[in-house]
Amino acid sequence: MDFYLTALLQGLCFSAIALGIYISMKIFNIPDITTDGSYTLGGVVTAVLITNHQPTYIILPAVILAGAAAGALTGIIHTKLKINALLAGILVMTALYSVNLSILGRSNVPLINLTSLFTLISIAGDPNQNTFWILAVFIAVITLMIGYLLKTDFGIAMRATGNSESMIRALGVNTDRMKITGLALANALTALSGYLVAQFQGFADISMGIGVVIVGLGSVIIAETLINWFKITSVWLSLVLVLTGAVIFQLVLALTLSAGVDPKLLKMVTAGFVLLIVSLPRLSLLKSS
Amino acid sequence: MITISNVHKIFNKGKANQITAVNGISLDIADEEFLVIVGSNGSGKTTLLNLIAGTILPGEGTISINGREVTTLPDYKRSEWIARVFQNPLSGTAPDLSILDNFRLAALRTRPKGLAIGVNDAFKKQVREKIATLGMGLEDKIEQPMGTLSGGQRQALTLLMSVMDSCKVLLLDEPTAALDPRSADVVMRTADSLIRDFKLTAVLITHNLKDAFTYGTRIIQMSEGLIINDLNGEKKALLKQNDLFDWFA
Repeated sequence: MDFYLTALLQGLCFSAIALGIYISMKIFNIPDITTDGSYTLGGVVTAVLITNHQPTYIILPAVILAGAAAGALTGIIHTKLKINALLAGILVMTALYSVNLSILGRSNVPLINLTSLFTLISIAGDPNQNTFWILAVFIAVITLMIGYLLKTDFGIAMRATGNSESMIRALGVNTDRMKITGLALANALTALSGYLVAQFQGFADISMGIGVVIVGLGSVIIAETLINWFKITSVWLSLVLVLTGAVIFQLVLALTLSAGVDPKLLKMVTAGFVLLIVSLPRLSLLKSS
Repeated sequence: MITISNVHKIFNKGKANQITAVNGISLDIADEEFLVIVGSNGSGKTTLLNLIAGTILPGEGTISINGREVTTLPDYKRSEWIARVFQNPLSGTAPDLSILDNFRLAALRTRPKGLAIGVNDAFKKQVREKIATLGMGLEDKIEQPMGTLSGGQRQALTLLMSVMDSCKVLLLDEPTAALDPRSADVVMRTADSLIRDFKLTAVLITHNLKDAFTYGTRIIQMSEGLIINDLNGEKKALLKQNDLFDWFA
Protein backbone atom coordinates (compact mmCIF):
# COMPACT_ATOMS: atom_id res chain seq x y z
CA MET A 1 0.00 0.00 0.00
CA ASP A 2 2.91 2.32 0.84
CA PHE A 3 4.07 1.76 -2.71
CA TYR A 4 0.91 3.34 -4.10
CA LEU A 5 0.86 6.05 -1.44
CA THR A 6 4.37 7.01 -2.55
CA ALA A 7 3.13 7.10 -6.15
CA LEU A 8 0.26 9.36 -5.04
CA LEU A 9 2.71 11.64 -3.22
CA GLN A 10 4.95 11.78 -6.29
CA GLY A 11 1.90 12.57 -8.39
CA LEU A 12 1.12 15.50 -6.10
CA CYS A 13 4.77 16.67 -6.30
CA PHE A 14 4.55 16.56 -10.11
CA SER A 15 1.17 18.33 -10.15
CA ALA A 16 2.89 21.71 -10.27
CA ILE A 17 4.89 20.67 -13.35
CA ALA A 18 1.66 19.43 -14.95
CA LEU A 19 0.04 22.82 -14.27
CA GLY A 20 3.10 24.53 -15.78
CA ILE A 21 2.98 22.39 -18.93
CA TYR A 22 -0.78 22.97 -19.12
CA ILE A 23 -0.15 26.72 -19.15
CA SER A 24 2.66 26.65 -21.72
CA MET A 25 1.32 23.92 -23.99
CA LYS A 26 -2.47 24.15 -23.75
CA ILE A 27 -3.05 27.80 -22.87
CA PHE A 28 -0.22 29.43 -24.82
CA ASN A 29 0.19 26.70 -27.43
CA ILE A 30 3.97 26.83 -26.94
CA PRO A 31 6.02 23.62 -26.72
CA ASP A 32 8.36 24.57 -23.88
CA ILE A 33 11.38 22.36 -23.24
CA THR A 34 12.86 24.73 -20.61
CA THR A 35 11.01 22.44 -18.17
CA ASP A 36 13.89 19.95 -17.72
CA GLY A 37 16.22 22.78 -16.67
CA SER A 38 13.81 24.85 -14.61
CA TYR A 39 12.64 21.78 -12.66
CA THR A 40 16.24 20.99 -11.71
CA LEU A 41 16.80 24.69 -10.99
CA GLY A 42 13.93 24.58 -8.48
CA GLY A 43 15.46 21.52 -6.78
CA VAL A 44 18.97 22.95 -6.83
CA VAL A 45 17.98 26.33 -5.37
CA THR A 46 15.98 24.51 -2.69
CA ALA A 47 18.88 22.21 -1.77
CA VAL A 48 21.46 24.98 -1.58
CA LEU A 49 19.22 27.24 0.54
CA ILE A 50 18.18 24.39 2.85
CA THR A 51 21.81 23.35 3.40
CA ASN A 52 22.49 27.01 4.22
CA HIS A 53 19.66 26.84 6.80
CA GLN A 54 17.50 29.43 5.08
CA PRO A 55 13.84 29.59 6.16
CA THR A 56 10.96 28.47 3.90
CA TYR A 57 9.75 32.05 3.42
CA ILE A 58 13.06 32.76 1.69
CA ILE A 59 13.37 29.44 -0.17
CA LEU A 60 9.88 29.44 -1.72
CA PRO A 61 10.06 32.94 -3.31
CA ALA A 62 13.65 32.24 -4.45
CA VAL A 63 12.53 29.05 -6.23
CA ILE A 64 9.58 30.83 -7.85
CA LEU A 65 11.76 33.73 -9.01
CA ALA A 66 14.47 31.40 -10.37
CA GLY A 67 11.94 29.36 -12.35
CA ALA A 68 10.19 32.50 -13.59
CA ALA A 69 13.50 34.00 -14.73
CA ALA A 70 14.31 30.85 -16.73
CA GLY A 71 10.87 30.87 -18.37
CA ALA A 72 11.01 34.60 -19.06
CA LEU A 73 14.40 34.12 -20.75
CA THR A 74 12.91 31.48 -23.07
CA GLY A 75 10.01 33.86 -23.74
CA ILE A 76 12.33 36.77 -24.54
CA ILE A 77 14.45 34.64 -26.90
CA HIS A 78 11.29 33.36 -28.62
CA THR A 79 9.44 36.67 -28.97
CA LYS A 80 12.16 39.28 -29.29
CA LEU A 81 14.74 37.31 -31.29
CA LYS A 82 11.99 35.45 -33.23
CA ILE A 83 13.59 32.09 -32.46
CA ASN A 84 11.35 29.01 -32.65
CA ALA A 85 9.92 28.35 -29.17
CA LEU A 86 11.19 24.77 -29.15
CA LEU A 87 14.74 25.88 -29.95
CA ALA A 88 14.56 28.76 -27.44
CA GLY A 89 13.56 26.27 -24.74
CA ILE A 90 16.35 23.85 -25.70
CA LEU A 91 18.92 26.67 -25.57
CA VAL A 92 17.83 27.82 -22.11
CA MET A 93 17.57 24.23 -20.85
CA THR A 94 21.13 23.55 -22.05
CA ALA A 95 22.45 26.72 -20.45
CA LEU A 96 20.62 25.89 -17.21
CA TYR A 97 22.64 22.67 -16.84
CA SER A 98 25.77 24.78 -16.25
CA VAL A 99 23.85 27.24 -14.06
CA ASN A 100 22.46 24.39 -11.94
CA LEU A 101 25.85 22.72 -11.62
CA SER A 102 27.42 26.04 -10.59
CA ILE A 103 24.73 26.65 -7.95
CA LEU A 104 24.85 23.09 -6.63
CA GLY A 105 28.67 22.99 -6.63
CA ARG A 106 28.65 19.20 -7.25
CA SER A 107 26.39 16.69 -8.90
CA ASN A 108 24.37 15.72 -5.82
CA VAL A 109 23.49 17.40 -2.52
CA PRO A 110 21.74 15.30 0.17
CA LEU A 111 19.21 16.93 2.50
CA ILE A 112 19.33 14.32 5.27
CA ASN A 113 18.66 15.59 8.81
CA LEU A 114 17.91 19.09 7.55
CA THR A 115 14.65 20.94 8.08
CA SER A 116 12.38 20.60 5.06
CA LEU A 117 8.79 21.60 4.32
CA PHE A 118 7.71 18.10 5.34
CA THR A 119 9.43 18.14 8.73
CA LEU A 120 8.63 21.79 9.45
CA ILE A 121 4.87 21.29 9.62
CA SER A 122 3.20 18.45 11.54
CA ILE A 123 -0.42 17.75 10.56
CA ALA A 124 -0.49 13.95 11.05
CA GLY A 125 1.58 11.55 13.14
CA ASP A 126 2.46 9.20 10.30
CA PRO A 127 5.24 10.77 8.14
CA ASN A 128 3.64 9.64 4.86
CA GLN A 129 0.23 10.99 5.89
CA ASN A 130 1.87 14.20 7.05
CA THR A 131 3.59 14.57 3.66
CA PHE A 132 0.29 13.82 1.90
CA TRP A 133 -1.61 16.57 3.76
CA ILE A 134 1.15 19.13 3.29
CA LEU A 135 1.32 18.36 -0.43
CA ALA A 136 -2.47 18.34 -0.77
CA VAL A 137 -2.78 21.77 0.87
CA PHE A 138 0.20 23.14 -1.09
CA ILE A 139 -1.17 21.96 -4.45
CA ALA A 140 -4.71 23.08 -3.56
CA VAL A 141 -3.46 26.61 -2.82
CA ILE A 142 -1.48 26.74 -6.08
CA THR A 143 -4.46 25.42 -8.06
CA LEU A 144 -6.80 27.95 -6.48
CA MET A 145 -4.39 30.76 -7.34
CA ILE A 146 -3.95 29.61 -10.95
CA GLY A 147 -7.69 29.02 -11.31
CA TYR A 148 -8.46 32.50 -10.01
CA LEU A 149 -5.84 34.02 -12.31
CA LEU A 150 -7.31 32.30 -15.37
CA LYS A 151 -10.77 33.64 -14.52
CA THR A 152 -9.57 37.25 -14.22
CA ASP A 153 -9.54 39.66 -17.15
CA PHE A 154 -5.77 39.14 -17.40
CA GLY A 155 -6.30 35.37 -17.38
CA ILE A 156 -8.89 35.56 -20.17
CA ALA A 157 -6.36 37.57 -22.21
CA MET A 158 -3.75 34.85 -21.46
CA ARG A 159 -6.09 32.14 -22.70
CA ALA A 160 -6.97 34.14 -25.81
CA THR A 161 -3.28 34.68 -26.65
CA GLY A 162 -2.77 30.98 -27.35
CA ASN A 163 -6.18 30.60 -28.95
CA SER A 164 -6.42 33.51 -31.40
CA GLU A 165 -3.37 35.75 -31.48
CA SER A 166 -4.66 38.00 -34.28
CA MET A 167 -7.86 38.64 -32.31
CA ILE A 168 -6.19 39.42 -29.01
CA ARG A 169 -3.69 41.81 -30.63
CA ALA A 170 -6.60 43.62 -32.28
CA LEU A 171 -8.07 43.88 -28.77
CA GLY A 172 -5.05 45.72 -27.43
CA VAL A 173 -2.87 42.99 -25.93
CA ASN A 174 0.90 42.93 -26.40
CA THR A 175 1.18 39.21 -27.14
CA ASP A 176 4.99 39.16 -26.80
CA ARG A 177 4.72 40.41 -23.23
CA MET A 178 1.89 37.99 -22.54
CA LYS A 179 3.91 34.99 -23.80
CA ILE A 180 6.93 36.01 -21.70
CA THR A 181 4.68 36.29 -18.64
CA GLY A 182 3.04 32.94 -19.42
CA LEU A 183 6.34 31.11 -19.82
CA ALA A 184 7.63 32.72 -16.62
CA LEU A 185 4.54 31.49 -14.77
CA ALA A 186 4.76 28.01 -16.30
CA ASN A 187 8.41 27.61 -15.34
CA ALA A 188 7.86 29.05 -11.86
CA LEU A 189 5.34 26.22 -11.38
CA THR A 190 7.82 23.72 -12.80
CA ALA A 191 10.50 24.96 -10.39
CA LEU A 192 7.98 24.46 -7.57
CA SER A 193 7.82 20.78 -8.53
CA GLY A 194 11.61 20.66 -8.22
CA TYR A 195 11.25 22.35 -4.82
CA LEU A 196 8.78 19.68 -3.64
CA VAL A 197 10.58 16.67 -5.14
CA ALA A 198 13.99 17.65 -3.77
CA GLN A 199 12.53 17.80 -0.26
CA PHE A 200 10.38 14.70 -0.74
CA GLN A 201 13.24 12.50 -1.97
CA GLY A 202 15.78 14.14 0.35
CA PHE A 203 18.33 15.25 -2.20
CA ALA A 204 18.87 17.39 -5.28
CA ASP A 205 20.68 15.93 -8.25
CA ILE A 206 21.99 17.63 -11.37
CA SER A 207 20.28 15.02 -13.56
CA MET A 208 16.94 14.99 -11.70
CA GLY A 209 15.26 16.89 -14.55
CA ILE A 210 16.25 14.61 -17.43
CA GLY A 211 13.07 13.62 -19.24
CA VAL A 212 10.80 15.23 -16.65
CA VAL A 213 9.02 17.19 -19.39
CA ILE A 214 7.45 13.90 -20.48
CA VAL A 215 5.95 13.48 -16.99
CA GLY A 216 4.23 16.85 -17.26
CA LEU A 217 3.30 16.25 -20.87
CA GLY A 218 1.85 12.82 -20.09
CA SER A 219 -0.18 14.24 -17.21
CA VAL A 220 -1.59 17.02 -19.40
CA ILE A 221 -2.39 14.58 -22.22
CA ILE A 222 -4.29 12.34 -19.80
CA ALA A 223 -6.14 15.44 -18.58
CA GLU A 224 -6.86 16.58 -22.14
CA THR A 225 -8.24 13.16 -23.01
CA LEU A 226 -10.60 13.38 -20.03
CA ILE A 227 -11.49 17.02 -20.86
CA ASN A 228 -12.42 16.06 -24.44
CA TRP A 229 -14.17 12.90 -23.29
CA PHE A 230 -16.45 14.74 -20.87
CA LYS A 231 -16.63 17.89 -23.08
CA ILE A 232 -15.47 20.06 -20.18
CA THR A 233 -15.24 23.81 -20.70
CA SER A 234 -14.84 24.88 -17.05
CA VAL A 235 -11.39 26.23 -16.14
CA TRP A 236 -11.68 24.85 -12.60
CA LEU A 237 -12.58 21.33 -13.72
CA SER A 238 -9.79 21.39 -16.31
CA LEU A 239 -7.24 22.24 -13.62
CA VAL A 240 -8.56 19.46 -11.35
CA LEU A 241 -8.20 17.02 -14.26
CA VAL A 242 -4.61 18.17 -14.82
CA LEU A 243 -3.87 17.29 -11.18
CA THR A 244 -5.70 14.00 -11.65
CA GLY A 245 -3.61 13.35 -14.77
CA ALA A 246 -0.39 13.85 -12.77
CA VAL A 247 -1.53 11.34 -10.13
CA ILE A 248 -2.78 8.80 -12.70
CA PHE A 249 0.54 9.04 -14.53
CA GLN A 250 2.54 8.22 -11.40
CA LEU A 251 0.13 5.43 -10.41
CA VAL A 252 0.51 3.82 -13.84
CA LEU A 253 4.32 3.94 -13.47
CA ALA A 254 4.00 2.42 -9.99
CA LEU A 255 1.77 -0.35 -11.37
CA THR A 256 4.33 -0.99 -14.10
CA LEU A 257 7.12 -1.39 -11.57
CA SER A 258 5.00 -3.56 -9.29
CA ALA A 259 4.27 -5.80 -12.30
CA GLY A 260 7.97 -6.61 -12.38
CA VAL A 261 9.21 -4.33 -15.16
CA ASP A 262 12.95 -3.63 -14.86
CA PRO A 263 13.41 -0.12 -13.38
CA LYS A 264 16.08 0.47 -16.03
CA LEU A 265 13.28 0.41 -18.60
CA LEU A 266 11.15 2.94 -16.71
CA LYS A 267 11.93 5.90 -19.02
CA MET A 268 11.10 3.75 -22.05
CA VAL A 269 7.87 2.61 -20.41
CA THR A 270 7.07 6.27 -19.65
CA ALA A 271 7.62 7.27 -23.29
CA GLY A 272 5.57 4.27 -24.47
CA PHE A 273 2.73 5.16 -22.10
CA VAL A 274 2.61 8.77 -23.35
CA LEU A 275 2.68 7.49 -26.94
CA LEU A 276 -0.22 5.19 -26.14
CA ILE A 277 -2.31 8.00 -24.62
CA VAL A 278 -1.60 10.31 -27.56
CA SER A 279 -2.39 7.69 -30.18
CA LEU A 280 -5.43 6.10 -28.50
CA PRO A 281 -7.99 8.54 -29.98
CA ARG A 282 -6.50 8.05 -33.45
CA LEU A 283 -6.36 4.27 -33.07
CA SER A 284 -10.02 4.13 -32.03
CA LEU A 285 -10.93 6.38 -34.99
CA LEU A 286 -9.09 4.02 -37.35
CA LYS A 287 -10.92 1.06 -35.84
CA SER A 288 -14.34 2.70 -36.23
CA SER A 289 -13.65 3.72 -39.85
CA MET B 1 -9.78 61.31 -39.67
CA ILE B 2 -7.30 58.84 -41.14
CA THR B 3 -4.54 60.41 -43.23
CA ILE B 4 -2.36 58.20 -45.38
CA SER B 5 0.53 60.06 -47.05
CA ASN B 6 2.64 58.57 -49.83
CA VAL B 7 2.67 55.11 -48.27
CA HIS B 8 4.71 52.34 -49.89
CA LYS B 9 4.88 48.69 -48.92
CA ILE B 10 7.20 46.27 -50.66
CA PHE B 11 7.37 42.63 -49.60
CA ASN B 12 10.59 40.57 -50.00
CA LYS B 13 12.52 43.68 -51.00
CA GLY B 14 15.64 42.96 -53.05
CA LYS B 15 14.69 39.30 -53.56
CA ALA B 16 13.56 37.51 -56.71
CA ASN B 17 9.98 37.39 -55.39
CA GLN B 18 9.76 41.13 -54.58
CA ILE B 19 6.18 42.43 -54.62
CA THR B 20 5.13 46.07 -54.51
CA ALA B 21 1.80 45.78 -52.71
CA VAL B 22 1.19 49.48 -52.06
CA ASN B 23 2.91 51.93 -54.35
CA GLY B 24 2.78 55.44 -52.91
CA ILE B 25 -0.83 55.80 -51.87
CA SER B 26 -2.14 59.02 -50.36
CA LEU B 27 -5.67 58.94 -48.98
CA ASP B 28 -7.73 60.97 -46.50
CA ILE B 29 -10.65 59.17 -44.86
CA ALA B 30 -12.97 61.67 -43.18
CA ASP B 31 -14.68 61.11 -39.82
CA GLU B 32 -17.84 59.00 -40.14
CA GLU B 33 -16.98 58.18 -43.75
CA PHE B 34 -17.79 54.62 -44.85
CA LEU B 35 -15.14 53.77 -47.42
CA VAL B 36 -15.51 50.70 -49.61
CA ILE B 37 -12.40 49.36 -51.33
CA VAL B 38 -12.69 47.10 -54.35
CA GLY B 39 -10.04 45.65 -56.62
CA SER B 40 -8.75 42.45 -58.13
CA ASN B 41 -6.75 39.93 -56.13
CA GLY B 42 -3.27 41.26 -55.47
CA SER B 43 -4.29 44.89 -56.00
CA GLY B 44 -3.11 45.85 -52.49
CA LYS B 45 -6.47 46.20 -50.68
CA THR B 46 -5.69 43.96 -47.72
CA THR B 47 -2.16 45.37 -47.45
CA LEU B 48 -3.63 48.87 -47.23
CA LEU B 49 -6.06 47.72 -44.52
CA ASN B 50 -3.24 46.00 -42.61
CA LEU B 51 -1.17 49.20 -42.85
CA ILE B 52 -4.05 51.16 -41.30
CA ALA B 53 -4.49 48.47 -38.60
CA GLY B 54 -0.75 48.38 -37.87
CA THR B 55 -0.44 44.64 -38.51
CA ILE B 56 2.31 45.56 -40.97
CA LEU B 57 4.33 48.77 -41.07
CA PRO B 58 5.02 50.83 -44.23
CA GLY B 59 8.45 51.06 -45.85
CA GLU B 60 7.87 54.73 -46.68
CA GLY B 61 5.21 57.33 -45.95
CA THR B 62 3.15 58.22 -42.89
CA ILE B 63 -0.22 57.27 -41.40
CA SER B 64 -2.13 59.44 -38.93
CA ILE B 65 -5.31 58.77 -36.99
CA ASN B 66 -7.17 61.72 -35.47
CA GLY B 67 -4.12 63.92 -35.98
CA ARG B 68 -1.70 61.56 -34.23
CA GLU B 69 1.01 59.95 -36.32
CA VAL B 70 0.81 56.18 -35.84
CA THR B 71 3.14 55.06 -38.65
CA THR B 72 5.35 52.90 -36.40
CA LEU B 73 2.74 52.10 -33.76
CA PRO B 74 2.00 48.32 -33.55
CA ASP B 75 -1.53 46.96 -34.04
CA TYR B 76 -2.24 46.36 -30.34
CA LYS B 77 -1.57 50.03 -29.58
CA ARG B 78 -3.76 51.24 -32.46
CA SER B 79 -6.64 49.29 -30.89
CA GLU B 80 -7.21 52.50 -28.90
CA TRP B 81 -9.06 53.75 -32.00
CA ILE B 82 -9.46 50.75 -34.27
CA ALA B 83 -11.73 47.71 -34.11
CA ARG B 84 -11.42 45.02 -36.73
CA VAL B 85 -13.49 42.28 -38.31
CA PHE B 86 -11.34 39.69 -40.10
CA GLN B 87 -12.10 37.81 -43.30
CA ASN B 88 -11.86 34.52 -41.44
CA PRO B 89 -14.33 34.29 -38.53
CA LEU B 90 -11.73 32.10 -36.77
CA SER B 91 -9.27 35.00 -36.65
CA GLY B 92 -11.61 37.53 -35.09
CA THR B 93 -12.71 35.45 -32.11
CA ALA B 94 -11.13 32.98 -29.69
CA PRO B 95 -12.92 29.67 -30.43
CA ASP B 96 -12.10 27.89 -27.15
CA LEU B 97 -13.24 30.82 -25.01
CA SER B 98 -16.90 31.33 -24.19
CA ILE B 99 -18.91 34.03 -25.95
CA LEU B 100 -18.89 35.88 -22.62
CA ASP B 101 -15.09 35.79 -22.33
CA ASN B 102 -14.74 37.01 -25.91
CA PHE B 103 -17.07 39.91 -25.14
CA ARG B 104 -15.20 40.66 -21.91
CA LEU B 105 -11.94 41.11 -23.82
CA ALA B 106 -13.72 43.27 -26.40
CA ALA B 107 -15.16 45.42 -23.61
CA LEU B 108 -11.60 46.06 -22.41
CA ARG B 109 -10.09 46.80 -25.83
CA THR B 110 -8.83 50.25 -24.83
CA ARG B 111 -8.25 49.42 -21.16
CA PRO B 112 -5.83 47.23 -19.18
CA LYS B 113 -6.79 43.62 -18.58
CA GLY B 114 -6.31 43.49 -14.82
CA LEU B 115 -6.45 40.95 -12.03
CA ALA B 116 -10.14 41.36 -11.26
CA ILE B 117 -12.91 39.00 -12.35
CA GLY B 118 -14.92 41.16 -14.71
CA VAL B 119 -17.39 38.55 -15.92
CA ASN B 120 -20.07 39.11 -13.29
CA ASP B 121 -23.87 39.08 -13.36
CA ALA B 122 -24.10 42.72 -14.48
CA PHE B 123 -21.74 42.05 -17.39
CA LYS B 124 -23.63 38.89 -18.37
CA LYS B 125 -26.88 40.91 -18.47
CA GLN B 126 -25.23 43.59 -20.60
CA VAL B 127 -23.92 40.99 -23.08
CA ARG B 128 -27.27 39.18 -23.26
CA GLU B 129 -29.04 42.47 -24.07
CA LYS B 130 -26.49 43.35 -26.77
CA ILE B 131 -26.65 39.93 -28.39
CA ALA B 132 -30.46 39.88 -28.30
CA THR B 133 -30.45 42.84 -30.72
CA LEU B 134 -29.11 40.50 -33.42
CA GLY B 135 -32.27 38.39 -33.26
CA MET B 136 -30.26 35.18 -33.70
CA GLY B 137 -31.25 33.61 -30.38
CA LEU B 138 -27.65 33.58 -29.20
CA GLU B 139 -28.36 35.46 -25.96
CA ASP B 140 -29.07 32.13 -24.22
CA LYS B 141 -25.79 30.61 -25.37
CA ILE B 142 -23.32 33.09 -23.89
CA GLU B 143 -21.58 30.43 -21.79
CA GLN B 144 -20.90 28.29 -24.88
CA PRO B 145 -17.48 28.26 -26.56
CA MET B 146 -17.36 30.66 -29.50
CA GLY B 147 -16.11 27.78 -31.68
CA THR B 148 -19.48 26.03 -31.48
CA LEU B 149 -21.14 28.81 -33.52
CA SER B 150 -21.39 29.08 -37.30
CA GLY B 151 -19.18 31.47 -39.27
CA GLY B 152 -22.07 33.88 -39.81
CA GLN B 153 -22.98 33.93 -36.11
CA ARG B 154 -19.34 34.54 -35.18
CA GLN B 155 -18.96 37.41 -37.67
CA ALA B 156 -22.16 39.02 -36.37
CA LEU B 157 -20.87 38.71 -32.79
CA THR B 158 -17.47 40.11 -33.83
CA LEU B 159 -19.28 43.18 -35.12
CA LEU B 160 -21.05 43.61 -31.79
CA MET B 161 -17.74 43.07 -29.98
CA SER B 162 -16.23 45.94 -31.95
CA VAL B 163 -18.60 48.43 -30.28
CA MET B 164 -18.33 46.99 -26.74
CA ASP B 165 -15.66 49.62 -26.03
CA SER B 166 -15.17 53.10 -27.47
CA CYS B 167 -14.28 52.83 -31.13
CA LYS B 168 -13.57 55.43 -33.80
CA VAL B 169 -12.59 53.27 -36.77
CA LEU B 170 -14.01 49.94 -37.91
CA LEU B 171 -11.99 47.90 -40.40
CA LEU B 172 -13.90 45.20 -42.26
CA ASP B 173 -11.67 42.85 -44.23
CA GLU B 174 -13.98 40.90 -46.57
CA PRO B 175 -16.19 40.00 -43.58
CA THR B 176 -18.65 38.00 -45.69
CA ALA B 177 -16.16 36.12 -47.89
CA ALA B 178 -16.54 32.87 -45.93
CA LEU B 179 -20.32 33.11 -45.40
CA ASP B 180 -23.43 31.83 -47.17
CA PRO B 181 -25.56 34.56 -48.88
CA ARG B 182 -28.13 34.75 -46.05
CA SER B 183 -25.53 35.07 -43.27
CA ALA B 184 -23.57 37.52 -45.41
CA ASP B 185 -26.66 39.70 -45.75
CA VAL B 186 -27.27 39.69 -41.96
CA VAL B 187 -23.61 40.56 -41.28
CA MET B 188 -23.56 43.43 -43.79
CA ARG B 189 -26.83 44.91 -42.53
CA THR B 190 -25.58 44.65 -38.94
CA ALA B 191 -22.31 46.33 -39.90
CA ASP B 192 -24.10 49.16 -41.73
CA SER B 193 -26.44 49.73 -38.81
CA LEU B 194 -23.60 49.81 -36.23
CA ILE B 195 -21.53 52.17 -38.38
CA ARG B 196 -24.48 54.59 -38.55
CA ASP B 197 -25.57 54.24 -34.89
CA PHE B 198 -22.09 54.63 -33.44
CA LYS B 199 -21.00 57.23 -36.04
CA LEU B 200 -17.94 55.19 -36.95
CA THR B 201 -15.37 55.79 -39.64
CA ALA B 202 -15.36 52.52 -41.57
CA VAL B 203 -13.28 50.83 -44.24
CA LEU B 204 -14.74 47.79 -46.00
CA ILE B 205 -12.85 45.54 -48.38
CA THR B 206 -15.09 43.43 -50.55
CA HIS B 207 -15.16 41.41 -53.75
CA ASN B 208 -18.94 41.50 -53.67
CA LEU B 209 -19.87 44.30 -56.07
CA LYS B 210 -23.49 44.27 -54.88
CA ASP B 211 -22.28 45.10 -51.35
CA ALA B 212 -19.85 47.67 -52.74
CA PHE B 213 -22.74 49.30 -54.57
CA THR B 214 -25.23 49.08 -51.69
CA TYR B 215 -23.08 50.15 -48.75
CA GLY B 216 -20.71 53.00 -48.02
CA THR B 217 -20.45 56.70 -48.65
CA ARG B 218 -17.33 56.46 -50.79
CA ILE B 219 -15.81 53.82 -53.06
CA ILE B 220 -12.28 53.42 -54.35
CA GLN B 221 -10.82 50.88 -56.74
CA MET B 222 -7.25 49.68 -56.34
CA SER B 223 -4.99 48.14 -58.94
CA GLU B 224 -1.28 47.26 -58.67
CA GLY B 225 -0.93 49.10 -55.39
CA LEU B 226 -2.54 52.33 -56.59
CA ILE B 227 -5.96 53.97 -56.35
CA ILE B 228 -7.36 54.14 -59.86
CA ASN B 229 -10.96 55.19 -59.13
CA ASP B 230 -12.33 57.26 -56.24
CA LEU B 231 -15.99 58.29 -55.97
CA ASN B 232 -17.76 59.85 -53.00
CA GLY B 233 -20.83 61.88 -52.11
CA GLU B 234 -23.14 62.49 -55.02
CA LYS B 235 -20.87 60.64 -57.49
CA LYS B 236 -21.11 57.50 -55.35
CA ALA B 237 -24.89 57.95 -55.09
CA LEU B 238 -25.20 58.21 -58.85
CA LEU B 239 -23.05 55.13 -59.41
CA LYS B 240 -24.88 52.21 -61.01
CA GLN B 241 -24.07 48.59 -60.31
CA ASN B 242 -23.15 48.05 -63.97
CA ASP B 243 -20.63 50.90 -63.77
CA LEU B 244 -18.83 48.87 -61.12
CA PHE B 245 -18.74 45.82 -63.39
CA ASP B 246 -17.25 48.09 -66.07
CA TRP B 247 -14.40 48.99 -63.68
CA PHE B 248 -13.31 45.36 -63.82
CA ALA B 249 -13.85 44.92 -67.56
